[in-house]
Amino acid sequence: MTSVLYDAQGPRAKRRNLLYTAVFLAALAAVLWWVYTQLNDKGQLDWALWKPFTTSEAWSTYIWPGLKNTLKAAALSMVIALPLGAVLGIARLSDHAWIRIPAAIVVEFFRAIPVLVLMIFGLALFAKYTNVSSDDRPLYAVVTGLVLYNASVLAEIVRAGILALPKGQSEAAMAIGLRKGQVMRLILLPQSVTAMLPALVSQLVVIVKDTAIGGAVLTFPDLLASANTMIGYYGNTIASFTVVAVIFIALNFSLTTFAGWLEGRLRRSKKSTGAVVGVEMIEDLETVGHAPPGPGSDIKE
Amino acid sequence: MRRLPGRRTWASLHAEAREIVFDFLEGYDLLGAFWTTVQLTLLAAAGSLVWGTLLAAMRVGPVPLMRGFGTAYVNIVRNIPLTVIILFTSLGLNQTLSISLGADDFKTINFRLAVLGLTAYTSAFVCEALRAGINTVPVGQAEAARAIGLSFTQVLRLVVLPQAFRSAVGPLTNVLIALTKNTTVAAAIGVAEAATLMKTMVEKEAQLIPIASIFALGFVILTLPTGLILGWVGKKVAVKR
Repeated sequence: MTSVLYDAQGPRAKRRNLLYTAVFLAALAAVLWWVYTQLNDKGQLDWALWKPFTTSEAWSTYIWPGLKNTLKAAALSMVIALPLGAVLGIARLSDHAWIRIPAAIVVEFFRAIPVLVLMIFGLALFAKYTNVSSDDRPLYAVVTGLVLYNASVLAEIVRAGILALPKGQSEAAMAIGLRKGQVMRLILLPQSVTAMLPALVSQLVVIVKDTAIGGAVLTFPDLLASANTMIGYYGNTIASFTVVAVIFIALNFSLTTFAGWLEGRLRRSKKSTGAVVGVEMIEDLETVGHAPPGPGSDIKE
Repeated sequence: MRRLPGRRTWASLHAEAREIVFDFLEGYDLLGAFWTTVQLTLLAAAGSLVWGTLLAAMRVGPVPLMRGFGTAYVNIVRNIPLTVIILFTSLGLNQTLSISLGADDFKTINFRLAVLGLTAYTSAFVCEALRAGINTVPVGQAEAARAIGLSFTQVLRLVVLPQAFRSAVGPLTNVLIALTKNTTVAAAIGVAEAATLMKTMVEKEAQLIPIASIFALGFVILTLPTGLILGWVGKKVAVKR
């Protein structure tokens, strides 16, 4: 393995790297050993605490219902937030300032606020002004918080998706006499959907991770909350956290990999315009202020 | 001063209105809660900047084991919800393994655990932002540095990282703003920050919309200037190529 940052390794460099490897390995081993002895001292490695995960009871009573709720909240949020985000994103590209500016304010406002604040607001809102039963309220609150936040993030993805399309697309559409609405509906939007698929899948990872906030603070019975219940029942803190973390990692890692695969496929594709809103955009969109709307962002601004 | 019917001045009316509108704030330490949010943000930001830089150095370095460790750390941590990490620091590290980070009262322990959790999580994103920054440094810079005989650590420390940091200000700002918002997750282990106070207030007081607006405004005040100021700084310090 070579890199532009260091030279091809001669005998001395190889020896030195071997030394670094040994030192690092020793440090890593020391940490792991310390963790192991700590866990062992507290009896957290006893087979009795890990055994429940080999039985179907733990999975069918705790993990699967929790995972189902996590996925349900994430899917609902995505499905509700997507049309809202599309409307907001298109509104931000409007030629009329009285549509564009309010949409921009709404988007920037909700991106500046933590999801948890929106969820707490949602919970109190449903408790006060609706007759949603108190069992359903956490789900409603979690979905409300996630929708408010993610609609504004998706708005930026939609905007970037539309702006990423080559200028010739809208020019050609206008040249054959389509009206502005038709250009958007028939030409730009269908193509941008493909372009933003990778970004949408990556945003799903963010949504799945954020449902856990509801599980910890709003008593939403998600995967994390089910870990909490298992800890109360089996007394296996470390084991439960490990299993739940592994499930989250597996789920999110496969979503991330899928998004990367989609992106690569779209970039290689000869049928489309090759416009892609990449996975890396998601991290920039986590936050306010900086919207890097891809190439050609100067088209309409 | 103009008089209103019933011997009320504008000033007294204003005071009355204040009392009605802001009555619900009585007895709550709003500024204290947001100060805790700021403290969590700053401490975790400092910690994750250091640990994130080390992780980035490992990921671009010549030692395969360190590269592997850096990659594994980033991929694992980024795919776990922050809430799981924060809750684990309390239930796992503190209550099961009796790690208290040198504090003895419940409040301080949970605050420090929250900083630890936020740092562990945010470093992965700092590492990725820096790695992207390193990629913007032209190949010729590192090549020239190697040509004059600098070692890997020298290349990184003297030539590449200073330029990488300058172009990473934008992405790092995004990470900082995300961190500010993420500190609310510390509510899961009872740290008395803004979201914890908001939850208490909406449960006890009747004025939902004013309370929610105040907290929303608080976060807008914290995040918006950060974005604007550091965005300007980022443009200022960016290496012109």
